[in-house]
Amino acid sequence: MKRYFPFIIVVVVALVTLASGTVLYRAKRPSVLTIPKNAPVSGSDGADSIHIRGAASAPVTIEEFGDFQCPPCGKLSDPINQLEREYRPRLRVIFRHFPFPNHAHAREAAFASEAAGLQGRFWEMHDLLYREQSVWSEAADVQLLFDSYAGMLGLNIDRFKRDMESEQVKVRVASDQNHGAALGVNTTPTVFLNNRALAPINLNPTGLHAAIDAAMNATPPP
Amino acid sequence: MSGSRTRVIFYTVAAVISLAGLADATYLTVMYLTGETAVCGGSATCFQVLGSAYARIGGIPVAAFGALAYFSAFSFAIFAAFGYARMRTFFALIVCTMFAMTLWLLYVQAFLLHAFCRYCLFSAAVTFLLAGIAIAIPPSHKRSAA
Repeated sequence: MKRYFPFIIVVVVALVTLASGTVLYRAKRPSVLTIPKNAPVSGSDGADSIHIRGAASAPVTIEEFGDFQCPPCGKLSDPINQLEREYRPRLRVIFRHFPFPNHAHAREAAFASEAAGLQGRFWEMHDLLYREQSVWSEAADVQLLFDSYAGMLGLNIDRFKRDMESEQVKVRVASDQNHGAALGVNTTPTVFLNNRALAPINLNPTGLHAAIDAAMNATPPP
Repeated sequence: MSGSRTRVIFYTVAAVISLAGLADATYLTVMYLTGETAVCGGSATCFQVLGSAYARIGGIPVAAFGALAYFSAFSFAIFAAFGYARMRTFFALIVCTMFAMTLWLLYVQAFLLHAFCRYCLFSAAVTFLLAGIAIAIPPSHKRSAA
C-alpha cells in the first residue's frame, strides 16, 4: 500500500490545484459587456461607437462624462459599477470622455482606454485607470505604465501603442468631448440619468441609488 | 540520524516549499487568464514586470510554466521521499532549471525593466530555498560507498 502513497499525494495535490484555480477563475472572471457599435442613446448622433456596460435594452441609463485623472470621477467609478451589477438588467452605464486640459495625462489616459477598446477591453482599462489613478497621475513616464496596463490586460502591446497614436482614437475622444460640450457639460463627473443631469450633490452612492430607484419606479417593468 | 532518514526529511521539506511556489504561480496564472489587474494594485513596478513582454513566452504567461515546474518539483520530491531513487535525479534537474530561469528573471527585473514584482521575488526566494535543499541533501549510501 505504501508504494501507492506518492501517487495518491501527487494526484490529490494536482486535483486541489486545478479545483482552486477553477474556483478562483470563476470568481474573478470579468462580466462586462462592451457594445462597440452605436445604439440609440441620449443625444447620440449614431455615427460613433459608444461604451455601454449592462443590458443594451435596459430602461434606465446612466451616462457619465468623465476624466480619468479627475479624483471625484475615480471615487465615483466603483459605486457606479456596483449599481450596474445591483440593478442588472434594468440599468446600463455609458461612459463618455471629457478630459480636462489642466490634467496633464487625462487625454493620454482617454486614448489608452480607446486603444484598449479597439482590442475589446475598454471597460477593463477604464476600471484599471480609475483604480490606479493616484499611481499613473504622478508617474514620470506615464506611457510606460499604460503599456504595462495593456500587457496586464493581455493586449497586443505593439498594436496598443500604434492605436494610442492613431487618429481613430483621437477623433473618438474628441467626439465625446464635443458631445458633452453641446450638452453643456463643463465639469467632471457629470452624470445624466435618462438624459437628465443629476445635481453634483447627488453624485454619491446614496444619491445615485435614490435617483435610480425613482427612475425605475417611473419606468414600469417589461 | 541516518542519511536515509535525513533525505526523507529534506525531500519532504522541499515538497512543502514547492507547494508555496505552486500556489504563487497558480494564482498569477489564473489572474492573467481572467485579466484581473487588482493583483498589482497600487504598485507601478508590479505592473511594469507582469505587464511586460518578458512575462509571457509565446503568449503563455511565465507563471504557468512556473506552476508546472513547481508541480514537477513537488512530485519528484514526494516520490524521492518515498524511496524512488531515480526521482532524486529528476528533482535535481528541475531545480537546476528553475534556478537558472530565476536568475534570468531577476536579471530582467533588475537590469532591463528596473522594476521588481513582489510575487516574482517570492517565487525567487522559494526557488533559492529549493536549490539550497537540493545541494544540502546527502548523497545516497550506495554512491558514497562507491
